[in-house]
Amino acid sequence: MVTKEKSDVSQQKREWEKNTLKKTLEKSPERRERFITTSSRPIARLYSPTDMANLDYDRDLGFPGEYPYTRGVYPTMYRGRFWTMRMFAGFGTAEQTNARYRYLLEQGQTGLSVAFHLPTIQGLDSDDPMSTGEIGVCGVAIDSLADMEILFSQIPLNKVTTSMTINAPAAVLLCFYIAAAEKQGVSSTQIGGTIQNDILKEYQAQKTWIFPPDPSMRIITNTLEYCTKNVPRWNTISISGYHIREAGSTAVQELAFTLANGLAYVKAGVDAGLKVDDFAPRLSFFFDSHLDLFEEVAKFRAARRIWAREMHERFNAKSPRSYLLRFHTQTAGVSLTAQQPENNIIRTTIQALAAVLGGTQSLHTNSMDEAWALPTEKAATIALRTQQILAHESGVANTIDPLGGSYFIESLTNEMEEETYKYFDRIDKLGGVVEAIKKGFFQREIADAAFRYQREIEEKERTIVGVNDYITDDMLEIPVLKIDPEVERTQLARLRKTRKTRNNKKVDQLLSRLQKAAEGTENMLPHILAAVREYATVGEVCNALREVFGEYQEPIIF
Amino acid sequence: MTEAEQKIRVLIAKPGLDGHDRGAKVVARALRDAGFEVIYTGLRQTPEQIAEAALQEDVTVVGLSILSGAHMRLFPEIMKLLKERGMDDTLVIAGGIIPEDDIKPLKKLGIKAIFGPGTPTTEIVEYIRTNAK
Repeated sequence: MVTKEKSDVSQQKREWEKNTLKKTLEKSPERRERFITTSSRPIARLYSPTDMANLDYDRDLGFPGEYPYTRGVYPTMYRGRFWTMRMFAGFGTAEQTNARYRYLLEQGQTGLSVAFHLPTIQGLDSDDPMSTGEIGVCGVAIDSLADMEILFSQIPLNKVTTSMTINAPAAVLLCFYIAAAEKQGVSSTQIGGTIQNDILKEYQAQKTWIFPPDPSMRIITNTLEYCTKNVPRWNTISISGYHIREAGSTAVQELAFTLANGLAYVKAGVDAGLKVDDFAPRLSFFFDSHLDLFEEVAKFRAARRIWAREMHERFNAKSPRSYLLRFHTQTAGVSLTAQQPENNIIRTTIQALAAVLGGTQSLHTNSMDEAWALPTEKAATIALRTQQILAHESGVANTIDPLGGSYFIESLTNEMEEETYKYFDRIDKLGGVVEAIKKGFFQREIADAAFRYQREIEEKERTIVGVNDYITDDMLEIPVLKIDPEVERTQLARLRKTRKTRNNKKVDQLLSRLQKAAEGTENMLPHILAAVREYATVGEVCNALREVFGEYQEPIIF
Repeated sequence: MTEAEQKIRVLIAKPGLDGHDRGAKVVARALRDAGFEVIYTGLRQTPEQIAEAALQEDVTVVGLSILSGAHMRLFPEIMKLLKERGMDDTLVIAGGIIPEDDIKPLKKLGIKAIFGPGTPTTEIVEYIRTNAK
């Protein structure tokens, strides 16, 4: 019965093409020969039931909160509660960022998200020669527990959850957070939050690594093990496609590489002797939401289905919580234009809508001025308001997976899933994710896609408003956030004071003890925590580990 | 081979701590496709490393890419070190996130052109063809 109906539709579609469409095309051809997404994916003129002929509702979609979770990870989704509006922020000193956090919490933001300055991200102290000109510029300067105590001053760490965008030195910053909570009288079992801690995508895309891949993977499995026992409410890895996409990948590369990385972490955890259901529920994801609305929604839906299936079939996870792909989304920074910056508010709105239609658990919306600098308070407030309007006024949060069942969306979801499995095969053939990184596979794929995108803009196959069309001569002046040079002086003074007032002999002993653990097979986390409680700095801890593990050098590919 | 036919040698360099190499790599590739000899330094190069690479590779053009915000501290240092190595006539250009207010002082230092976000690669190719000696 069903097959007969479908063949009827494909017959009818052929007739429509012959009798109706052809005449129109003869009279007036379409705007372009080829219609493509942001990822250069060709899109058909029309989708119909024939494009989802193989779709099995029960097998492929199911119901929200049930396997394979295509339609959403929770049974009520946004009817129960909205996504978390989590705006990434950090600049200058710990005092300045603390004030911004308290402002954002007063404005109705529901979680914190820390942006660290580049020296912290690279495991360097503010007084390192490499830190010249970088102190407090791209994020908040954090050298030691002394800074962390100020950063969360008057913010109860048993009440808010905090996401920290930190990777190579993630274990160190987690220990800073644990120690800062202890100072507030809050134990590690009470705190909640996320560390990004996704080193694989650093080698592939974001490029802020320190150590070579193998010791980096050990630090991560140590963290998984430590948190499973001691910090049970902590999300131990935020497996991130965001940076892969921002570096220039297509949507499907973002999907495939991110999930491949996730599966590599699960395998590493299992190989280290952990039970999959003990740590997999604490893995979360972080995706980009770009401008091509439908392709993005399909990406999020495919991601949930693939992850659930792989956790079930490949890793034999038993707990349904291991199957859930919970994710944070950030709108696409790379899509923001320096030209006519106010247009970025509209771009961000479309991207935020895609994330919500895709069922995100939390969302950061970029500010219009971020092609120029870190956002001003006003620009960041508009970006937060964008989410609040989507939540309260647009009505899109009233029903679950509103695009489910669309011929187009279901067809795209299936297509992206198939392409993801093709990438999994290629990565497996290269010997897995770490080997493929060493061979430059991901780096080359991403560089190729980035270059193609640029060509398409220059050849006007795609129009970017204000950049290659609808150009205006007068530059719109918008206020840009400037970092006061005083920040550097304040930070260096505090670091000097910390080094002077702490028990340096004890710090040295604890760092040597950490090195011994690193040289052997012990878990390094308790030793990092012991050292940072005594105010060992991020640079000192990372240097101790650099002496043991060395630093990574990447193959040059362009 | 006549002098005019000799390939122009370009060093694409990444000072600063950021890992944003998308722009640097797209430009490097566009310049290579346009027939230039391109050397890319890789990430997180100190001013000394960049000046030294420019000298060793005997380039006529240095392209600096930075998105970390540290350009006002690092670029003057790079210009000084190039001068110390007698590379005054090297054509130095820059790209990345460089706010409007910083452009004038950077040009005063001898950085000849700054290509902001959205610049077509063909514009950079043309600029180098016209200005590299």
